[in-house]
Amino acid sequence: MEKNRFLLSGSGGQGVITMGILLAESAALHQGLEAIQSQSYGPEARGGATRCDVLIDRVPIAFPKVLEANVLVCLTQEALNKYLQFLRPGGLLLTDCTLVKAPSRVDAEHIGLPMHDSVIKEIGKIQTFNICVLGALLELTKVVQASSVEKNLEARFASQFHAANKQALDLGISLAKACTA
Amino acid sequence: MSNDIRFVQGNVACAEGALYAGLDFFAGYPITPSTEVAEHLAEELPKRGGKFIQMEDEIASMCAVIGASLAGSKSLTATSGPGFSLMQEALGYACIAEAPCVVCSVMRGGPSTGLPTKVSQGDVNQARWGTHGDHAIIALTASSVQDVFSVTVEAFTLAETYRTPVILLFDEVIGHMREKLVVPPAGELAVAPRLYTEVPAGQAFHPYLPREDGRLPMADFGSHHRHHVTGLFHDIWGFPTEKPEAVAKLLHRLVDKIESHSQEIARWKEYFLEDARTLLISYGSSARTARHQVEIMRARGEKIGLLELQTIWPFPAELVREHAARCKNVYVVEMNMGQLFSTVKRTVEKPERVYLVNRIDGELVKPMDIENVVRTVEGKGV
Repeated sequence: MEKNRFLLSGSGGQGVITMGILLAESAALHQGLEAIQSQSYGPEARGGATRCDVLIDRVPIAFPKVLEANVLVCLTQEALNKYLQFLRPGGLLLTDCTLVKAPSRVDAEHIGLPMHDSVIKEIGKIQTFNICVLGALLELTKVVQASSVEKNLEARFASQFHAANKQALDLGISLAKACTA
Repeated sequence: MSNDIRFVQGNVACAEGALYAGLDFFAGYPITPSTEVAEHLAEELPKRGGKFIQMEDEIASMCAVIGASLAGSKSLTATSGPGFSLMQEALGYACIAEAPCVVCSVMRGGPSTGLPTKVSQGDVNQARWGTHGDHAIIALTASSVQDVFSVTVEAFTLAETYRTPVILLFDEVIGHMREKLVVPPAGELAVAPRLYTEVPAGQAFHPYLPREDGRLPMADFGSHHRHHVTGLFHDIWGFPTEKPEAVAKLLHRLVDKIESHSQEIARWKEYFLEDARTLLISYGSSARTARHQVEIMRARGEKIGLLELQTIWPFPAELVREHAARCKNVYVVEMNMGQLFSTVKRTVEKPERVYLVNRIDGELVKPMDIENVVRTVEGKGV
């Protein structure tokens, strides 16, 4: 499993932690994989650069934190500045191209997607931004299947949010597909 | 539902383990990083007919737990270092009054309010000697969400069996991380019921007269047997005494009932110990790091193994001595200035071969921290 150490970052309120829980929980409950999620609890979790670690593997995971991410998601400039150092050379960097200015030189595969703007334009509910990012992440890493996340979204959220969540997940997947095609 | 699988935090697993063990009563004063234990129980306990009380502080919380225990409830409180300090006086009361109860302390950096959101294992010796006077105590740890559940169930059994407070010494990393938890069907894990006296109402009941097997049957406080409970040294009726022979007898019993059963109370896990020449000893989240490093070094062909202690107190001295004797060097991996390390050193035959690998900056000890100390000791440089 190549892309299995995720460091998800952004600012408090963007849904970074929920995104990480959904990713890890879907892997653990619906795909029989080992998964661990943890998050930063310090003052940075309250508005600063939030950090959420997710590890997914086929075998039991001993060390529960991400030391060297092979997937880094940054949803704010501050998060990128703070966490880019933890990305393994040759890994995957996913950013939102409106919220984050692309680094001039990065030793990784960098994919910037207009997730924020697309969510506002096509769904109109910014609350689903994190689900859109998750969709893109699923498509780019192929570690967890979208169907597993869909099951999880339906189990976790009230029915009135199901349609928007599904829409956001699909939007993320199609943005990523268009970019990598 | 036959397969109850969840993806939860260690703290939630602790709450679920307590419910599985038949928890009736929780009193606490929420504190990071243990808050989710209280939060989860505030929601779940009343649904099952239990009582949840948010108290005014940790002193009151511990006292309420003792009262509930004596009145027949399986009782729990959850806290962290600063609150655990406040509980120490009442914890001693629970020891001498022999009130079965469980105290969960999810360790964060200290002393004092220290590092509220960061990990540490600095309360190992507080769990042992935080309350004054000679006494014995049981303290358990866990290094995974699943183990948090099972040792919590176990804690209630040990509390009832030995009529003692049992400390669950978790840490911030284990308390906060989410992992898969399989809640076993009722009955799969043993749950000890309270041992009640067979003395019928109207006949003399001696609340502090142990049976031939050493166990001390109870009667719910306020029920048919009127009896006395005190923090003073007491006789078999529970009334204060200063008679030297009664004092000595009680103190010996309080210590022996636990220390003489240390082998039965010991819980541990072994990784690659069969042919190990280098021994890591660790517990809690540090044991995850140690396991990771063992896997790395085994892949390089190095004969290294891990002894993960789940029972810290009473210290499983024979177990540690035995494994240490077969290895060249012993490394204790923990997140403090060497609290368990000093106990291990006192225990083994060659204390000069015991080294400390630690981290005290609020960060989880890293595999590289172990690598560096091992290489330095072996003269390989870093």
